[in-house]
Amino acid sequence: MKRSITRLLMAPSVILLLAWMIIPLSMTIYFSTIEFSLYNPDQNGFVGWENFEFFITDPAFMPAVANTLILLLSVLFITVVFGVMLSALIDKPFYGQGIVRVLLISPFFIMPTVNALIWKNMMMNPVYGIFAWISTSFGLEPIDWLSNHPLMSIIMMVSWQWLPFAILVFVTALQSQDTEQKEAAQMDGATGLHIFRYLTIPHLARPIAVVVMIETIFLLAVFAEILVSTNGGPGYDSTNLTYLIYNQALLQFDVGTASAGGLLAVVLANIVAFFLIRAVGKNLTV
Amino acid sequence: MTLNQQRKFKTFLTGLFAWSVALVLFFPIFWMFITSFKTELQAISVPPALFFEPTLENYVEVQERSDYVKHALNSVITSFGSTILALIIAIPAAYSMAFFPGKRTKDILLWMLSTKMLPAVGVLMPIYLLSRDYGLLDTRAALVIIFTLMNLPIIVWMLFSYFKDLPKEILEAARMDGATPWDEIVKVVLPLSLGAISSTALLSIVLCWNEAFWSLNLTPSDAAPLTAMIASYSSPEGLFWAKLSAASTLACAPIVIFGWFCQKQLVQGLTFGAVK
Repeated sequence: MKRSITRLLMAPSVILLLAWMIIPLSMTIYFSTIEFSLYNPDQNGFVGWENFEFFITDPAFMPAVANTLILLLSVLFITVVFGVMLSALIDKPFYGQGIVRVLLISPFFIMPTVNALIWKNMMMNPVYGIFAWISTSFGLEPIDWLSNHPLMSIIMMVSWQWLPFAILVFVTALQSQDTEQKEAAQMDGATGLHIFRYLTIPHLARPIAVVVMIETIFLLAVFAEILVSTNGGPGYDSTNLTYLIYNQALLQFDVGTASAGGLLAVVLANIVAFFLIRAVGKNLTV
Repeated sequence: MTLNQQRKFKTFLTGLFAWSVALVLFFPIFWMFITSFKTELQAISVPPALFFEPTLENYVEVQERSDYVKHALNSVITSFGSTILALIIAIPAAYSMAFFPGKRTKDILLWMLSTKMLPAVGVLMPIYLLSRDYGLLDTRAALVIIFTLMNLPIIVWMLFSYFKDLPKEILEAARMDGATPWDEIVKVVLPLSLGAISSTALLSIVLCWNEAFWSLNLTPSDAAPLTAMIASYSSPEGLFWAKLSAASTLACAPIVIFGWFCQKQLVQGLTFGAVK
């Protein structure tokens, strides 16, 4: 087939994605250098780096960057470590496997806004929540999760959503593991721990790489859970970069500063992507 | 204990453990479901009420209070609309990359994936202002366009990884018989990859249905899909967990049940075929 036709078939996807990336991004770059507030749309002179300075010196900026990274790394750690352990433990035939699979994956399909509302109210409410009831049943003081440990609460909600995904990917991957190799190792006297360390973990390298990559894309952009449950508070304790920019843009109508923040978020995502792809890239092949 | 008994005991322990993990992780959903049939007073009773006379009152009130049907329709239209649109755009591209790979095919694929690394918040302002200027704020059209573009890279990737595994000989045979590219796609590739295309579509529908950044920011009321409708229940107007649970159950049930039927394909899809 002629090259021209293959190009033509690819063109719509490539052109649309190029436009989707370049047009808004260049507008963001432009906005970030002018003074532009929706309260006062006629006044828009060039201000150079001022918007960036304003955004970076905002007392919320450093906590937001830190929270973004803490959220990302904690959820990655929880989902990968528990995901690998749990999937290795349940990767054997038992009664009702099909139902367990269905129950396990369910949280992944719950929309973020519902996720946040269930946890905020029915689980974490310090008076009527399930956690409070469990605490008092054991004679302990109930914890006010969202006020005292806001970021940890968000981490719990998001992990609840992504742990099932990790488990399911790992279980699926384990099913393709060579059982003969495992049996041979057992014959040679390898303990379960050895098999896990030298056969299972290497076999899971690629699925782990994939899980880390996909989760990172979504975790850097966590938004709805924060908006619905804590509104970024108390103070800036659960504000991440996405939430901070939203706050700047649609609550304070400061387009210039929000755009500067948006660009910083893009830079941060790229830094993370760079390290990530270096770390897990060798396990990913096209 | 004999060896056989030992093995049985091990299986029993594995099962017990797996069931406990699954039940703990599923508990919040179970609780949401149960609470939706309680009265508001039962919903906040301490200790939690497990036995009660179920009522459907909450479901009626959710429909009255926030017009569930309208928002559900918004969700259906935006997720199915954008999925169909994205498939139409992606199928030719994936076909051409899988069957006629060039030197730069791999680069193009990686570049497409890299557009997913661009955080949505980086382009929030331009998209918001463009939608406002073109009268697209709070319309389903805005969401359809954004969801299409948002999922396009993933859809191209998934289709590519499926198409790549199709036997090339069949296509060559078709070409010998004088098939045009159009014939090839419609009469050979599509019928052979119906399963792949439907699991791609499923994944895209799930992602659109649960998308919450753009729907919360661009479509606050009229065109709001279920994700945005539910957010309106977060305002602290007092405790109404039973209604909240009923609304949440209604919002999630379609996609959770949908997901149960296609969880295997979803794993393959979301991992770009890297995990089978």
